[in-house]
Amino acid sequence: MTDTLVGNQLLLDVRNLKKYFPVTRGIIFQHTVGQVRAVDDVSFSIERGQTLGLVGESGSGKTTIGRTIVRLYEPTSGEILFSGKDLGKARNDELWNMRRQVQMVFQDPFASLNPRFTIGSLVAEPMHIYKMGTKQEIQDRTKELLDVVGLRPEYIDRYPHEFSGGQRQRIAVARALALNPELIIADEPVSALDVSVRAQVLNLLRSLQRQFNLTYLFISHDLSVVRHVADRVAVMYLGKIVEIADRDELYLAPKHPYTRALLSAVPIPDPQIEKKRQRIILTGDLPSPMHIPTGCRFHTRCPMAQDICKQVEPAFEAKEGREHYAACHFSDQVTSPIAKV
Amino acid sequence: MKEYLLDVQDLKTYFKTRSGYVHAVDGVSFSVAAGEKVAIVGESGCGKSVTALSIMRLVAQPPGEYVGGTINFAGQDLLDVSEKTMRSVRGGQIGMIFQDPMACLNPTMTIGKQIAEGLKIHLKLRSDEARRRAIALLEQVGIPAARERIDAYPHQFSGGMRQRVMIAIALACNPQLLIADEPTTALDVTVQAQILELIDGVCKDLGTSLILITHDLGVVAGIADRVIVMYAGKVVEEAPTAQLFAHPSHPYTLGLLSSVPRLDEARQQELNTIEGSPLTCCTHPPAVLLCRAARLPGLPVRKCRPWILLPMILPIIKPAGPMLQIPASKLWRASDSRLVVKPYRQNCSQ
Repeated sequence: MTDTLVGNQLLLDVRNLKKYFPVTRGIIFQHTVGQVRAVDDVSFSIERGQTLGLVGESGSGKTTIGRTIVRLYEPTSGEILFSGKDLGKARNDELWNMRRQVQMVFQDPFASLNPRFTIGSLVAEPMHIYKMGTKQEIQDRTKELLDVVGLRPEYIDRYPHEFSGGQRQRIAVARALALNPELIIADEPVSALDVSVRAQVLNLLRSLQRQFNLTYLFISHDLSVVRHVADRVAVMYLGKIVEIADRDELYLAPKHPYTRALLSAVPIPDPQIEKKRQRIILTGDLPSPMHIPTGCRFHTRCPMAQDICKQVEPAFEAKEGREHYAACHFSDQVTSPIAKV
Repeated sequence: MKEYLLDVQDLKTYFKTRSGYVHAVDGVSFSVAAGEKVAIVGESGCGKSVTALSIMRLVAQPPGEYVGGTINFAGQDLLDVSEKTMRSVRGGQIGMIFQDPMACLNPTMTIGKQIAEGLKIHLKLRSDEARRRAIALLEQVGIPAARERIDAYPHQFSGGMRQRVMIAIALACNPQLLIADEPTTALDVTVQAQILELIDGVCKDLGTSLILITHDLGVVAGIADRVIVMYAGKVVEEAPTAQLFAHPSHPYTLGLLSSVPRLDEARQQELNTIEGSPLTCCTHPPAVLLCRAARLPGLPVRKCRPWILLPMILPIIKPAGPMLQIPASKLWRASDSRLVVKPYRQNCSQ
């Protein structure tokens, strides 16, 4: 899919990324007894200034992808091309420079901010590390950043515990912005927040994107949130991307039964619609990523599964529609569970 | 008058802290009829969980205190009865499902033992009878191979399975009322759909009343007959589900509904937000209703959010003179059984 796009438009291009975690037994004589295939041959790309939403259940490997891109995990194999350079093979100096352009926002703002630091020093820390000016300059920029994310600059000397969840997530965003990054990996940034506050943070993320021409990899399990922020959406299941498409196309014309099941499971706040809705309820849980089912990995829970699904793994190939890829033998039979709007 | 299974009147649960009383639940009244499914909705800190815990009398005292009100359940006031009677109510007549199944199941006991525990205490069953009933319950909540899995420990189950076990425990003694406190918040959407279907199904089959506590309005729409919206320890709106979603009367309900991105609607450029953070804890000053109103859509709220800075709010809402103290008479129960704080919207629109 990458060939069809102009090279320099792509900010991030992930090719055949794999991340396996070994499962070991024994204390002195350690031996590997198996592998958890958390990310299993995943390819996707993000254009500059765009947002890719990455959706899936817990355990599908979406967080592992995010962390592997910033090299918090070492990739097992594959390429992570960031502006044409391979992040996966970058060594110390290179990595140091590249990390400046890729920043992360984590899920839990209660855990990701050091309680012993004032928020001023939390936001300023990356700038001190990268020596981005004198103390005074950094202080001024910290205040400016706090203002950008909608916090008062006077709060600079307060500690994280003095803030609510939504405000803390704003601090985390300010810190991610400190180094003028190009790509921000937001790992479930609003899952821990209340609905009303969630909307504030989502609006903030979108206005920052316009303001600073940011590119987002937005990881979330909530399809309604992803629809609000993403331009393109990738759906993951058990370490693989099973479908990727432009936002509206994915929501209105899904080509994979898993996407359809996810869409139909999202509750809609309207009793009339809820009563009429046909739910496709998946049975059981996600299988263990240590023992991935043969053939199509979704066949154990798929309501459309047939014999061929148990034996042949479907290719991840282009389907009808613009840049729409899915891995299913019967993708032409999948219908959308949401009415057209 | 309708016969209610549970009737909570003017319940007040406060917590004593160094900086004064926290009015966690501040004069909440509602009732649940037999077989009815009622949802309590609100953001974190609005007092919905404390309401549930108060019904079970599980609020730790101290620091908690039941300052006033009554909880009538099956002919007795639960705030008045002895601890011994209360023990037979908990798990016996009222079952409860908690949010985090990992934290609420005992990791050192097998699933079977934990289900049988209640059966032996409340229904005085013998061990083998209790075990047989436990297997039947596990089958009822949809755990495959219940006979083998009954001797498993909680860590051997996935999140959704653990929540099923919690439901089995809550249902073990055929309670008349089931309280589900955020039963699906810790679960994936696909599993959430399964669990909600299950709760809905068992309540229908057994005729159990349900109090569903959640912050997710989507969940409410699918399951509840009636909805109670709470904000800062008070009920701000109460209505039958269809009516509440079609015509929300309180601006806070409206704000909650419009700040959720919906899959079935056209995508908006900007989500509506309720500015500021939810009010939590702290002692309420006398003009508390005023402050609750201060965090409403349309108001320049950055100025009035921390309502501790009361003087800053006053000028904003001043034109609405009568709002300074909203008398109890303004809180009225309309003929359609909806509880509304009447004058809010007009007064706040300036």
